[in-house]
Amino acid sequence: MSKVIELKDIEKKYPGVVANHGVNVSVEKGTIHAIIGENGAGKSTLMKILYGMVKPDSGTISINGEVAKIKSPQDAIALGVGMVHQHFMLADNASVLENIILGSEPTNFGAVIDFKKAKEKILSIVDNYGLQIDPDATLGDLGVGVRQRVEIAKVLYRGAQILILDEPTAVLVPQEVEDLFKNLKELTRNGLTIIFISHKLDEVLNIADEITVMRQGTTVTRVLPKDTNKKQLAEYMIGGALPTPRPADTKPLPEKVLEMKNVFWNDRTGREVLHDVNLDIHAGEIVGLAGVEGNGQSELVELIMGLVKPASGFVSTVGLDTAKNTTRKIRDNGTGYIPQDRQRDGLLMSASLWENRILGHQETEPMSKGLWLNKKAAQNDSQRIVKEFDVRTPSISVHASALSGGNQQKFIVGREMSSEAKMIIAAQPTRGVDVGAQAIIWDHLIEARLKGAGVLLVSADLDELFQLSDRIAVIFSGQIVGFLDPRNTTPEELGLAMTGANK
Amino acid sequence: MKAKKIFWTLIAPVAAIVISFIFVSIILLFKHANPFSTFQLIFSYGFQPGNIVAELNQTIAYYLAGIAAAIGFKMLLFNIGIDGQYRLAIFFAAVVGGSTHLPSFLEIPLIVITAMVVGAAWASIAGYLKVKKNISEVISNIMLNAIASGIIIYLLQPGRLGTKGPHSDNLATPTIPKSGWMPTISMFGGQLYTFGIVAIAVGVIYWIILNKTVFGFNLRATGLSFRAARASGVNAPRMVFITMAISGAIAGLTGVGECLSETHNYSLAFPEGYALTGLALALLGRNNPIGVAFAAFFWAFLERAAPILDLNGIPNEIVLMMEGTIILATVASYEVVKRINKRQQQKLVGSAQITNVESKVTKESAV
Repeated sequence: MSKVIELKDIEKKYPGVVANHGVNVSVEKGTIHAIIGENGAGKSTLMKILYGMVKPDSGTISINGEVAKIKSPQDAIALGVGMVHQHFMLADNASVLENIILGSEPTNFGAVIDFKKAKEKILSIVDNYGLQIDPDATLGDLGVGVRQRVEIAKVLYRGAQILILDEPTAVLVPQEVEDLFKNLKELTRNGLTIIFISHKLDEVLNIADEITVMRQGTTVTRVLPKDTNKKQLAEYMIGGALPTPRPADTKPLPEKVLEMKNVFWNDRTGREVLHDVNLDIHAGEIVGLAGVEGNGQSELVELIMGLVKPASGFVSTVGLDTAKNTTRKIRDNGTGYIPQDRQRDGLLMSASLWENRILGHQETEPMSKGLWLNKKAAQNDSQRIVKEFDVRTPSISVHASALSGGNQQKFIVGREMSSEAKMIIAAQPTRGVDVGAQAIIWDHLIEARLKGAGVLLVSADLDELFQLSDRIAVIFSGQIVGFLDPRNTTPEELGLAMTGANK
Repeated sequence: MKAKKIFWTLIAPVAAIVISFIFVSIILLFKHANPFSTFQLIFSYGFQPGNIVAELNQTIAYYLAGIAAAIGFKMLLFNIGIDGQYRLAIFFAAVVGGSTHLPSFLEIPLIVITAMVVGAAWASIAGYLKVKKNISEVISNIMLNAIASGIIIYLLQPGRLGTKGPHSDNLATPTIPKSGWMPTISMFGGQLYTFGIVAIAVGVIYWIILNKTVFGFNLRATGLSFRAARASGVNAPRMVFITMAISGAIAGLTGVGECLSETHNYSLAFPEGYALTGLALALLGRNNPIGVAFAAFFWAFLERAAPILDLNGIPNEIVLMMEGTIILATVASYEVVKRINKRQQQKLVGSAQITNVESKVTKESAV
């Protein structure tokens, strides 16, 4: 086998993210090579270097044995390196074919797009690699899994021999992940090489032929899946502590912290988003709300927080009817809220950390007294959060925007847990967060439960749902389609339920 | 640490002024005028004792317009309606003042409060449209400015609320009785408005409310991120509405000093254009009450000094050019400084991620 990519001593000093230094990776032709590491370990920087989006300060990149100078993505594509982005860059109202050829259309007379030729080429790619996409379908009608295949086809269409996939499974449900893995295996059988970036250890062990682990900007080791296991990989990644094991079962208390009865809600266009939702949460239990994103979870959370009012039905959060109470009242009454979109809903990005500590608690002591803010209290408590939650920041006076996503999230979790909340809404609390931060966040959610808080855990991460939940409610297309007991449910069953298969 | 902070705060406006001076110098050279002697002319004339008082009086009005704009900026509101708000406010305040005869300690506050209420009421139309109907406050305010002009012209006719002086064609409101006159301080041969005290108080209150109170936090939070403020429990639409009204109330104070201490009525001679000036000053002063004060004085100074150029054969539009380039350069240099600051912060955070943070955190807390 020949080395198709060799990165030697890559170094990059890059403001904000941990610099890459001493990075060495070599990838064999026709294999799936996983690069794993925590968020901020330098994976993204490395991939950007390989794809020509960032120039390294020193070090060499060799492709097919020759030293390559990659100055732009165009150079990378010319060398056969293609990138499948985590967030799809596709146009919803165009066909699959149009999406694939966009930017590199075959033309007659240099002006007229030759759709026939394009279609032939796409069909041959589809056949060769077993991609299962219909070039004539409209993209907007397709599911996430198919869209991803379109992204892959797009890269292949441009002649890529080496595919970089950036966290490709983050948006997929288990069945779709399986399909993707089949496709990837097919690609490598055809001689293509795949670089697979992830921090999901199970998947990596399942799919990769070889694994390179990164930590704090450098490559720490290179292992074969058969020689290692999940625990060891996690240790390489974080150099120690492991995620928290499932907590001991405890009995929930009789008191209800959330009551939803026959709740309906329509969006502005009149589309029904939530249909007859019934959900109770007791003090001292964690209820997982499992579902693929966009099935009504965000709206459900907004209803609980009183940010929107139900069209019909009844919602009571810690005893307050949300139709009659403001979000402020609901929060001050003991509801902590960890929003799904932390940067837009959870933080003032261009305000200091200590000001962000006040956010959401501005009208309760000790953050304020009467009309006046208490800066000192905010600063002291921010220091406490930084210590207890291991928020990596040089000070509490830097802007929230300067922190990495995981550290922002730790700060938010710390803030929302600081006032002995009776009810905590945790929406995707560990999405995009590294293993270390995840362990801290999980620990605190479990601790809150032990102290008698009720927790609604909105998540699409099966691991998280199984690790934390006492019960799992499955939401699909605006309805709660069932409750599962995590102790005797398999991930496959849950995944199936999330796609509405049980309906 | 403190000195560094001041440096980074001052560098942008200072750079903007320097850039503008360089630009204007080049233009002057094209006109075969000596830049140094031109600037010297402006400064020596501007700092003549007789002019300083006039400049300070003008500064009061500019300052209030600037603070009105600044509070809007804090909410990402572009209050171009300051013009209409101020003129309508001063018009009705003068009318109320001219038709009441109360002792000073009631008459003056009555006039001042009328101006604030009218300004706030007029601005809140734009606020209402923004919050309830999602109409840009820029569009509605421009229209409201025109409507305000129409209302004033209609009402200022003799027989309605206006009168015509015996020796003048200038339409004006009836003169405010002496009990409604605010004293002036004689200095350098001029009369300085004591209304300046109100302007200073507005600046101080503005700073305290924004930085020290829950209300100010809610206001800033809504301006920084509408969604995050809403999720944190702030009634964000209401905050937008209230901010617009407050901006209007302060705009309403803009011409009060002149009215109470000099003209004692409202006439069409009251200037237009305070909106754009106010917005420019807020930008230059970075929404900071002290910054806006310096900017307001600088503006008043330049405009007072401009006419001297004509007498020396240099077009006084040079001053306009200077103002324009200062604003442009300010916007640009703040952006540059912002990026430099962000990069510095990220570098700090980056190093904190690699190294153990404990020691640094405790060090910071000691500062």
